[in-house]
Amino acid sequence: MEALNALFVTPFVEIFDAPWFFMEVLTGGLMAGVMYSLVALGFVLIFKASGVFNFAQGVMVLFAALNFVGLMDAGVPMILAGIITIAIMVAVAFAIERFVLRPLVNQEHIILFMATIGVAYFLEGVGEMIWGTDVRPLNVGIPDDVFFVGDAMIQQSDLFAAVVAGFLVVVLALFFHYTRTGRALRAVADDHQAALSIGIPLNHIWVIVWSVAGFVALVTGIMWGSKLGVQFSLSVIALKALPVLILGGFTSIPGAIVGGLIIGAGEKVAEVYWGGFFGGAIEEWFAYILALAFLFFRPQGLFGEKIIERV
Amino acid sequence: MSEMMADNENGRIGGELLSVDNITLRFGGVKALTDISFNINKGEIRSIIGPNGAGKSSMLNVINGFYKPQEGTIRFKGKNVNMKPDLAAKSGIARTFQNIALFKGMSTLDNIMTGRMLKMKAGFLSQAIYWGRAQKEELENRAFVEEIIDFLEIQSIRKTPVGRLPYGLQKRVELARALAMEPELLLLDEPMAGMNLEEKEDMSRYIIDVNEYFGTTIALIEHDMGVVMDLSDRVVVLDYGCKLADGSPDEVSSNQAVIDAYLGVAH
Repeated sequence: MEALNALFVTPFVEIFDAPWFFMEVLTGGLMAGVMYSLVALGFVLIFKASGVFNFAQGVMVLFAALNFVGLMDAGVPMILAGIITIAIMVAVAFAIERFVLRPLVNQEHIILFMATIGVAYFLEGVGEMIWGTDVRPLNVGIPDDVFFVGDAMIQQSDLFAAVVAGFLVVVLALFFHYTRTGRALRAVADDHQAALSIGIPLNHIWVIVWSVAGFVALVTGIMWGSKLGVQFSLSVIALKALPVLILGGFTSIPGAIVGGLIIGAGEKVAEVYWGGFFGGAIEEWFAYILALAFLFFRPQGLFGEKIIERV
Repeated sequence: MSEMMADNENGRIGGELLSVDNITLRFGGVKALTDISFNINKGEIRSIIGPNGAGKSSMLNVINGFYKPQEGTIRFKGKNVNMKPDLAAKSGIARTFQNIALFKGMSTLDNIMTGRMLKMKAGFLSQAIYWGRAQKEELENRAFVEEIIDFLEIQSIRKTPVGRLPYGLQKRVELARALAMEPELLLLDEPMAGMNLEEKEDMSRYIIDVNEYFGTTIALIEHDMGVVMDLSDRVVVLDYGCKLADGSPDEVSSNQAVIDAYLGVAH
């Protein structure tokens, strides 16, 4: 009885007792969710265009951030460092297309997936070799004050992240849906042979999509790096993107966003109001349980492409 | 026969568009095609027939670059080509597939629009903000695609994801996508396979219409002999990767080697 009370009554009483505090928790969670969305976005891009689950996405975030912060520490101005890093990520995209994807064309997806694991270790090694393993603080001048809406405290940096993520998403979603290159990307994702037969050069498309994913990785790396410092654990945040992807669907850009928001808000709220009952730290696993529940009822995710199969 | 003569006089059929010279294709030790030569003239409907495993699809795959022959050359519009599929598409060769290769998650309209890819030139940035040239192009090409949709009478499924469509309609969408490319040469790999009689008749009508209205040269693989004989200007017959016969439908269907290959011979 007491347990049921703690699960189903007390948390809601607390929420209604202190609505502003709840708002604060919720917005905090949503903002953190946006950061997850950014990571998930990189996965979705590559999955959409090549049907490959890119295990290296997390490391790409780290690698981009390392290059960026490394260049800045070496005295390169911020804008220039950004441009050079983008150039590096494009070069990485070219190299991956040439040395990984092209030799493996028409292979099973699982083989490509394995190849991306190799890419992950390779990039991590190269990053470590060039820039070392120290934690590097990153400051790109993202405002870091707090302000109040009503009685709820909001971090400016969180808000900034939300705006950046929102902008990226809108641009990418429009791009995928309404442009020639976007359509080509979706076509390649669907059927390689058919795409070739209507004159879409697979190689270019792969380079484009990996470059865009590299760019998203840089943005993600800068946002996370400003928050946590650029360190090797950055590549592990990719794991947090998995439940986001399961919720939002592997093929949907808006899905990545909504999924991230749900995960972010869900785990914060769960931690604050239900954490005590489970002995705390439920933030660590709540997202995965949520994802598991989703898999039972909606395996394609909230916005994923419908699974259509003829018998 | 007299009809064909009339066609020739009207100038429907022009000079050589594609020529296949001494093509040999091997997969390891298996010879899929042996020393095949024939040509396709501008404006004609040219059929490739033969029993199962004769090498018909391989021939088509060689023409549009999916397979690389070990020997021989393909000349398209008088130029020697050794193509990749995407380059073949650029030079004006479109195709459909035996097992339908559509983008199943996309709508009919989007599928057909992908056929217009090569006609659209707007730069990356312009596309990204969907402004200026990109927007103009999108609208122009959309208009052309609507014409094709009307032509093939698939208005009602414009927004349906093609994965949900019945087989016969999927075949038609695939044809629409190929037409959207405004190809000079259209390769059709068994466009009527698995269709019922009514659907076959519809498809035959579309093929003839495409040939007449757009002046598209068509190379066709088909099993249904009745259809082939009705549609084709000339027929090439393959068996076990070798060329058995080449000529008008009448000539081919009275050729003893062809009859033997199709009906079998008493040994």
